[in-house]
Amino acid sequence: MADLISNLAGITSPNPFWLASAPPTNSGYQVQRAFEAGWGGAVWKTLGEPIMNSTSRFAALHFNGKRVAGFNNIELISDRPLDVNLREIADTKKRFPNHAIVASLMVEPKQEKWHEIVKRVEAVGVDGLELNFGCPHGMAERGMGSASGQVPALVEQQTAWVKEVATTPVIVKLTPNITDITATAEAAAQGGADAISLINTINSLAGVDIDTWQTIPNVDGLGTHGGYCGPAVKPIALHMLGDCARHPNVDIPISGIGGIATWQDAVQFLLMGASNVQVCTAAMHHGFRIVEDLLDGLSAYLEEKGLASVQDLVGQSVHRYSEWGNLNLNHQVVARINQDVCINCNKCHISCEDTAHQCIGRYTDENGAPYLKVDEDECVGCNLCSIVCPVEGAIAMVPKPNGLPPMSWNERQAAIAND
Amino acid sequence: MERSESIPLNFQEVEPPLSTQEATDEATRCLYCYDAPCITACPTGIDIPSFIQKITTNNLTGSARTIMEANPIGASCARVCPTEELCEGACVLNQTSKPIMIGKLQRYATDWAIQNEKPLFTAGKRNGQKVAVVGGGPAGLSAARELALLGYAVTVYEAETEAGGLDTYGIVSFRLPKRISLWEVEQVKSLGVSIQTNTRIGVDLSLAELQQSFDAVVLAVGMANVPPLGIPGEELHGVYDAIDLVKATKSTTLPQQFQGKRGVVIGAGNTAIDGATCAVRLGAENVKVLYRRTEAEMTAYQFEYEFAKQDSVEFRWLVSPIAVLGDEKGRVTALKCAEMALAEADESGRRTPIPTGATFVIKTDFIIKAIGQARHRWLDDVGIATHNGVISIDHHYETSVKGVFACGDAIFGQGQGEAMVVAAAEQGKQAAYAIDKKRRSQRAETSA
Ligand SMILES: Cc1cc2nc3c(=O)[nH]c(=O)nc-3n(C[C@H](O)[C@H](O)[C@H](O)COP(=O)(O)OP(=O)(O)OC[C@H]3O[C@@H](n4cnc5c(N)ncnc54)[C@H](O)[C@@H]3O)c2cc1C
Ligand SMILES: Cc1cc2nc3c(=O)[nH]c(=O)nc-3n(C[C@H](O)[C@H](O)[C@H](O)COP(=O)(O)O)c2cc1C
Ligand code: SF4
Ligand code: SF4
Ligand code: SF4
Repeated sequence: MADLISNLAGITSPNPFWLASAPPTNSGYQVQRAFEAGWGGAVWKTLGEPIMNSTSRFAALHFNGKRVAGFNNIELISDRPLDVNLREIADTKKRFPNHAIVASLMVEPKQEKWHEIVKRVEAVGVDGLELNFGCPHGMAERGMGSASGQVPALVEQQTAWVKEVATTPVIVKLTPNITDITATAEAAAQGGADAISLINTINSLAGVDIDTWQTIPNVDGLGTHGGYCGPAVKPIALHMLGDCARHPNVDIPISGIGGIATWQDAVQFLLMGASNVQVCTAAMHHGFRIVEDLLDGLSAYLEEKGLASVQDLVGQSVHRYSEWGNLNLNHQVVARINQDVCINCNKCHISCEDTAHQCIGRYTDENGAPYLKVDEDECVGCNLCSIVCPVEGAIAMVPKPNGLPPMSWNERQAAIAND
Repeated sequence: MERSESIPLNFQEVEPPLSTQEATDEATRCLYCYDAPCITACPTGIDIPSFIQKITTNNLTGSARTIMEANPIGASCARVCPTEELCEGACVLNQTSKPIMIGKLQRYATDWAIQNEKPLFTAGKRNGQKVAVVGGGPAGLSAARELALLGYAVTVYEAETEAGGLDTYGIVSFRLPKRISLWEVEQVKSLGVSIQTNTRIGVDLSLAELQQSFDAVVLAVGMANVPPLGIPGEELHGVYDAIDLVKATKSTTLPQQFQGKRGVVIGAGNTAIDGATCAVRLGAENVKVLYRRTEAEMTAYQFEYEFAKQDSVEFRWLVSPIAVLGDEKGRVTALKCAEMALAEADESGRRTPIPTGATFVIKTDFIIKAIGQARHRWLDDVGIATHNGVISIDHHYETSVKGVFACGDAIFGQGQGEAMVVAAAEQGKQAAYAIDKKRRSQRAETSA
């Protein structure tokens, strides 16, 4: 069986699946249940000055009959006393010495505050620290969380303060609520971070109740923006992960977070440069037991690919993720319909006809049976038809050789400049 | 529970409705095909993907309107259409998983409309023209509804005390409760259509009188009662007409005389199945369906056949009745039958049953005749051309008498299969459009 042991900046865990700092890691009871279920590590629910949480906190986006396509919350950091959390961390570490326990921290942007909390949590035996510069609500108004995380200089400064006293690896958790996440990633590296983790939640308003006209969620008639996560944010997280992974000045390991619900999602994050992954919403949706298929599926995948270790996946797709200017503009694909599996729902036809390039015609064969065919000369290879097609394998996007040499926009501009 | 007390339960609707969750789950499974084959397969052309899409957004009034717009008998059809031969049979998902339960979703949306009592349509601006519709069954109601939307003043003449035709009194209540059909009648009435019940044209009023007082007449009289078997002993006590029997089960008090009795049903179409299952549900001990051909030629739908077998109805193939036998009090005691065999197929592909010469006797307490419906012979007397009793029409639903149109079972030919509610509904619409087209061109001519 393939080796699932993972290593993030020296923090090892039996497998790459960690629970992200969030309600699933709120207490010793929960984290121990999670480890028993098979999770490899846990980032404890963020510790700091105890706060008060609002009731009515979560909301979700349900899509087309599927629940929790996206998840939204206005919860703050841990509302339990710090010493209770510390006692439970120590107890959990004792019972599960090989599992990774990372303490997530958030304090005021003051040197002595950071020094104090780092010393206290390291004293109970955590394997690492995660600095929460991501929370987009509540704490940000107090100058913490994403209020710090959106300013590269503050990220660098506070990371440096932590590094002054920390003896365990320091992970900086980044907020996605920023135009270019590599700016803060670079700042974290500059400040001496051993790793970064991303993404935290995205600013969002889950909805408006069309009967009462209240926001969703609302607290006694008022709502506020909350953090968005779950399957819907996966593409955003992957893009930010890829941007950091390929950035020359961010050469520290990355813990991937955001919308991971299946082993396939996890493989994608690993390929795009994550050394391990963290999960929150999927566990909140179904409970800790989902880890069973995460582990099973990943093992089977590694075996099928003939890989000895999960580490062999890390970063394999990063070099394939580039700038638009490097794409080969002379490459051409066209849609091709497999008549044997097509069920004639005509969805490809109408989507291309109304909203793409009018190249899927509807015809009748000699037996009077309907069939569809792509006019390959008109097809621009946009993929729309294959996206809307409900039948696996009915539409393939196939390369269409045109005899032209590869040429990207950048090469074209360079050639023009040299003329 | 006493057997006789439990009998009314046997006549409650068998198929449970979909719950909201089931309906939503099923509706989201629909692919929302473009130019969907299910639409083409529905004789009334209901925009199925559209009404299903509206269920997913909880726009149930809109959903019901989409259904009823194309099919004024859409609530009944949701229950009695042979969907696996129509819409569901054409669903593209037959090829990858299982078809969408279109009929049940149609029932879900129309049930909602029935419960919410919201008017779905408003009558068109009156155009000063009047049309008489003879017969208030699916075809007549559909024609009346469409004509009212187009602005005609419509009067429906119905021989029975309630309109709705076979939907109201001919299709068993455990498949189609009467209230569904009566709701459709109310929908038509709400457009200002006048429905004169207990009025039989040809008896209470003549066709000529209608022709005089109206700009056009629609004959939507359906078919008549089950014809005689033409065998000795048919007049004995205990021989019933299947449609009369069903009708009795749809009235307030259920017939008592079948409890614990043995019976036979003659025929193997929808009517035979309904007669047989009604008899079982009325408490009959044993019911056998006798058919002179085989299972392969039976015209009842597969689902009906399965349903009857589940009701423990027995089937005997290649049997033809030759005489009803009775006791001294004139009551049925047995049926004498001939054993049949199928001849080679003729040009039409049908294999005629021929007697083998062997005969036998089945002991029975009652006999239900279900060998199809006869035709309304009075039409010949008033000059309407018919062929084997079926009203002849041109391509525009007009009969041999100008200004008199026909639709529904009254024009249902001798083809394969059985007449259907949904086909009658579509023909009603088409007859209405034909009348409108003709009246418009006539008006254009007179004003020119
Ligand atoms: C037992 C049985 C079961 C059936 N099951 C199904 C089924 O499951 N699914 C399906 O799709 N179809 C079924 N059918 C067929 C379906 O009922 C008919 O095709 C449909 O009702 C035809 O509609 P219609 O309006 O043409 O005729 P009808 O429904 O017969 O309506 C004709 C109306 O005209 C009235 N009328 C007749 N003569 C006169 C007159 N002279 N003056 C005034 N009024 C008159 C009658 O009283 C009646 O109300 C079944 C039929 C039977 C008999
Ligand atoms: C209810 C809730 C509370 C959260 N609280 C914290 C927190 O205290 N500290 C933190 O770093 N992230 C917090 N997060 C963010 C998650 O750790 C994670 O980054 C985010 O949910 C994306 O992962 P997912 O898509 O798997 O849920 C919280 C998320 C949720 C849903
Ligand atoms: S790839 Fe785009 S342009 Fe080509 S057939 Fe499909 S939808 Fe049309
Ligand atoms: S979308 Fe797919 S299944 Fe539907 S018609 Fe096009 S190729 Fe066939
Ligand atoms: S064919 Fe089936 S899947 Fe397609 S629109 Fe009709 S019911 Fe929906």
